[in-house]
Amino acid sequence: MANFSYTIYILLVPLLIFAIVGIWGGKWKPIISGLIGTFGIAFILVLSYYAAYQYFFVVNHVGHYKQIVAMNFLWLPFNKILNVHMGILLDPISAMMLIVVPTISLMSHWYSLGYMKGERGFARYYAFLSLFTFSMLGLVLSTDILQMFIFYELVGVSSYLLIGFYYQRPSAVAAAKKAFIVTRFADFGFLVGILVLVYYTHSFDFMQITDPHSPVFRTILGKAFLGYSVLAWALSLIFVGAAGKSAMFPFHIWLPDAMEGPTPVSALIHAATMVVAGVFTVARIFPIYVHYTPNVLLMIGYVGGFTSLFAALIAMTQFDIKRVLAYSTLSQIGYMMVGLGVSRYGGEEGLGYTAAMFHLFTHAMFKALLFLGAGSIIHAVHSNFMQKMGALRKYMPITHITFLVAALAISGIPPFAGFFSKDKILEAAFMHNRLLFWVEYITAGLTAFYIFRLYFKVFWWTDEPQCDCKPHESPSTMTIPLIILAILSSTVGFIPFNKFVTPDLKAFPVETDWGLVSASVAIGLLGLGFAWFLYRKENDLPDKIVNALGKLYQWTYDKFYIDEIYLFITKKILFNLVARPIAWFDRHIVDGFMVGVAIVTGKTAEKIKGFQSGHLQQYAFVFIASVLIIALTVLYFIGA
Amino acid sequence: MNLHSIILLRHEILLTVAAVGVLFADVFVPREKKHNMITVSLIVFTLVTLLGFIPAQGGVLFGGSYQSSHMTDFMKDILNIAVLLIFLQSTGYLSKPENSWKITEFFVILMFVLIGMDFMISAGDFVIFYVGLETASLPLAGLAAYDRYKSKSAEAGVKLILLSAMSSAVMLFGLSLIYASTGSIYFSDILPKIKATPLIILGFIFFLSGMGFKLSVVPFHLWTADVYEGAPINITAFLSVVSKGAAAFILIIILFTVFKNISREWEWILYALVITTITIGNLFALRQDNIKRFLAFSSITQVGFLLLGFMGNNELGLTSVVYFMLIYVFTNLTAFGVVEAIYNASNVETISGYKGLYKTNPLLSLAMMLALFSLGGIPPLAGFFGKFFLFTAAASRGYYILVVIAALNATISLYYYLRVVKAMFIDKSDNPVAKFRSTWPMRISLIISSIGIIYVGFASNIFEFIYSLAKGLL
Repeated sequence: MANFSYTIYILLVPLLIFAIVGIWGGKWKPIISGLIGTFGIAFILVLSYYAAYQYFFVVNHVGHYKQIVAMNFLWLPFNKILNVHMGILLDPISAMMLIVVPTISLMSHWYSLGYMKGERGFARYYAFLSLFTFSMLGLVLSTDILQMFIFYELVGVSSYLLIGFYYQRPSAVAAAKKAFIVTRFADFGFLVGILVLVYYTHSFDFMQITDPHSPVFRTILGKAFLGYSVLAWALSLIFVGAAGKSAMFPFHIWLPDAMEGPTPVSALIHAATMVVAGVFTVARIFPIYVHYTPNVLLMIGYVGGFTSLFAALIAMTQFDIKRVLAYSTLSQIGYMMVGLGVSRYGGEEGLGYTAAMFHLFTHAMFKALLFLGAGSIIHAVHSNFMQKMGALRKYMPITHITFLVAALAISGIPPFAGFFSKDKILEAAFMHNRLLFWVEYITAGLTAFYIFRLYFKVFWWTDEPQCDCKPHESPSTMTIPLIILAILSSTVGFIPFNKFVTPDLKAFPVETDWGLVSASVAIGLLGLGFAWFLYRKENDLPDKIVNALGKLYQWTYDKFYIDEIYLFITKKILFNLVARPIAWFDRHIVDGFMVGVAIVTGKTAEKIKGFQSGHLQQYAFVFIASVLIIALTVLYFIGA
Repeated sequence: MNLHSIILLRHEILLTVAAVGVLFADVFVPREKKHNMITVSLIVFTLVTLLGFIPAQGGVLFGGSYQSSHMTDFMKDILNIAVLLIFLQSTGYLSKPENSWKITEFFVILMFVLIGMDFMISAGDFVIFYVGLETASLPLAGLAAYDRYKSKSAEAGVKLILLSAMSSAVMLFGLSLIYASTGSIYFSDILPKIKATPLIILGFIFFLSGMGFKLSVVPFHLWTADVYEGAPINITAFLSVVSKGAAAFILIIILFTVFKNISREWEWILYALVITTITIGNLFALRQDNIKRFLAFSSITQVGFLLLGFMGNNELGLTSVVYFMLIYVFTNLTAFGVVEAIYNASNVETISGYKGLYKTNPLLSLAMMLALFSLGGIPPLAGFFGKFFLFTAAASRGYYILVVIAALNATISLYYYLRVVKAMFIDKSDNPVAKFRSTWPMRISLIISSIGIIYVGFASNIFEFIYSLAKGLL
């Protein structure tokens, strides 16, 4: 049994960097904060790679994994049964996240050295990045569901800080608030779910509450509330929390706005950290979902399927390149949820779970690459809109090639990473749920189309860029991370995930369904080809199609008016019917009472000031008098 | 005197040796080198503190007059730590030229006081208890008047000695009534004979009033503000942390053991005292501008919270009180340390004088903020957990209304703690305290106590540890 106690530094180092850079960073030259952050994360990267290596290859036999508690200490002992621990849990998914999170984080740190150069608050930015990394690592390593919740909230806070980094901009502040409030609402569901679950299982510990053989679940299943078992309620509520962080419909509205933050932050939020937190949560308690509440799991699959199709449709019509990528993230996270939703437990039946985790892994690489590439483009053109771009391939060769790799990866073209994972999700869906299979199959085509629409519009379309600018390749601090991510995006697909990450921790063999593979490649190529046909060269065919689609296009372009529906509900209904009466009550009754208390307190303090006169005789008198009064009172009551 | 009794008495013996040793050493140090005694005393006392931590079994001595256990040892260790921190903080003040000829007495007297406290905590009968109590009170009057050419300091000394003499008289009267009713001074003999007869109740109330004086429980608190304001800051810190701690420790032991047969009665008396103490302490603290007076009233409020733990008349209550006291040592000594450092550098001791402090002395301001947040009970600092467990202890006995009153008062107290934070961080001043560097010992003490504020709250094993000690005692 190897000693994993060093893994504590994976958490402590980023926290320390946050503290140091946060407190003193403002006094140093900005670049020093950046370097401390970057090298700190590089150090964590080495540690976590080593931990993952040890976990997968040294401590366990490949294909037979155990959950290992590397560190656990009692934090809040409520009573004998119920106590909260803080610790580090290693199992295949957390070990996998130990690769994903530091990798993407390091790339963002590195890239930001160039991208954020000269920005105000450079040190603050790096402090927050470290906090973000710390929160996410703490979340994936949690041994305890309450610990996970705490880090969930920390992720929320740090994303709030980063999205609102340009706090001088009203739109950034609004986006930060939106992200925070929407995910907070969902987290409330998560918290209630945790409390319901823990109320019945009497434990916060993941080892216990994810053990499907535990007898408590049988007893819980008998208990029902409003027609559903309480377990189904608890797990549905936990999924609400997961859906909030993972921006599943209808909580997706915060994610596209979250790109108000600096672009490397978007890469971090979209690829490695915040949005996969939800997927990770579902995967973490997957054994309970699959054994006891298959209906909830099916619902998760449908929510994921709907979100992926819905978001892909919106992504096809947007012109802001970061928005396209944001919706594409929604769509890909939907894929992962579908993978979990169609998965079963044990052997090959667990393919969906494995595929979802695989997709999480590959998606992290190519989505980070897409965002960082987009950042590089925006850096050169100083605009987010594709109408301002075009022909950039001539000016930005590295960005162009790496972006192409990422686009091929997300479209599912072999041998790039996305192909392998997406194909497995489709295969799992094909086995267990045909409806979801067809939804995802169509989405795969749409994905290839929208990403190559973006690609061709940015890099081809016209002969010269349509902006008043001189585009140029980005500095090497930005391009090297792009190249590394491009290499990863084209290679990680070959990792045999079925050996490493499975729901029952045992490897299973996979057979490739060549028919399905050909079909999935075909739809990807179809989407790609269609995009090539429409956007390779400047022409007015796309506009004609848009006009032909009319209202349908407008609906999609306006994101199906979900934001407007939210606004209507909050502003018109909640505000008038709930908030106003409460505000009145608060202003007149509560405040009135408090003002009254303050006045009375002030008056009383004034009145009793006389006691503190400084006269010794008076002090002695008060002392003796008090003793006698107490004595007489007590004796009177005892006598009576 | 065999080895066993030496081990049992190790805290007291170590302190006696240290105190007498320092006193003798002083004789051989020439007048112009007296400042070296600071270093000598610090080293000696650090050793005493460290040696105190060596674990040993408890036991009984002198036919039951002296009793020690792991719990009493731990209490003595807490007091040692507190005194060590105060010593570290005093170096700047004692190095001033006007104090050079009375350095040693500062250390020696405080060590003698500590010996009295240790005996008091380990008392097994009321005579040892009373002697310990007096040893721990009388010399302090001398130290309160340490700046004897300042009229406020002299006034503080006189007030302290006169009023504590009076309170001692009341307490002795109470103890004599208890002796009259039970015919014994030994705790173990008295215990079975305690019944709710009028005479015993009267004796108990007089005893409790005397202890209430030491703890500055309202309405026995009137001396507190004047003495705290007049005495040198280190002595104020000592009175507010160490004296209170020792009194609280022995009072809870006596209440939970000797007087447990009349717990119904004393719980109701304490019920009333908690409410008056917290509320009055708060009301006065709201209006203070002098930082020492402010901390005096704040400490009265904190004692009120402490009494809440007494209401949980069980292991949890005892644990929460000792745990809170440990936290209180770190928290209050951080605050006093900052006050001392600022006073030494610039003679400022008003809250309005602290305006803009963050701009000039950020680290001191941060330490002060940490202490005030902890006093206000803001999570995740230790003060929050301390209060939390006190409230839990009282709630475990069903005193919900009292807990609600205490929680409301905790909210009010936030107002005045934050007022100081606001002055330091937000308010601007044309004439802030100038930037200065505090002495090394002061820094060490502030670092230790700041770490304590953060660490004790997070390290749940400390609470567990005290809980196991409490189980051993009760």
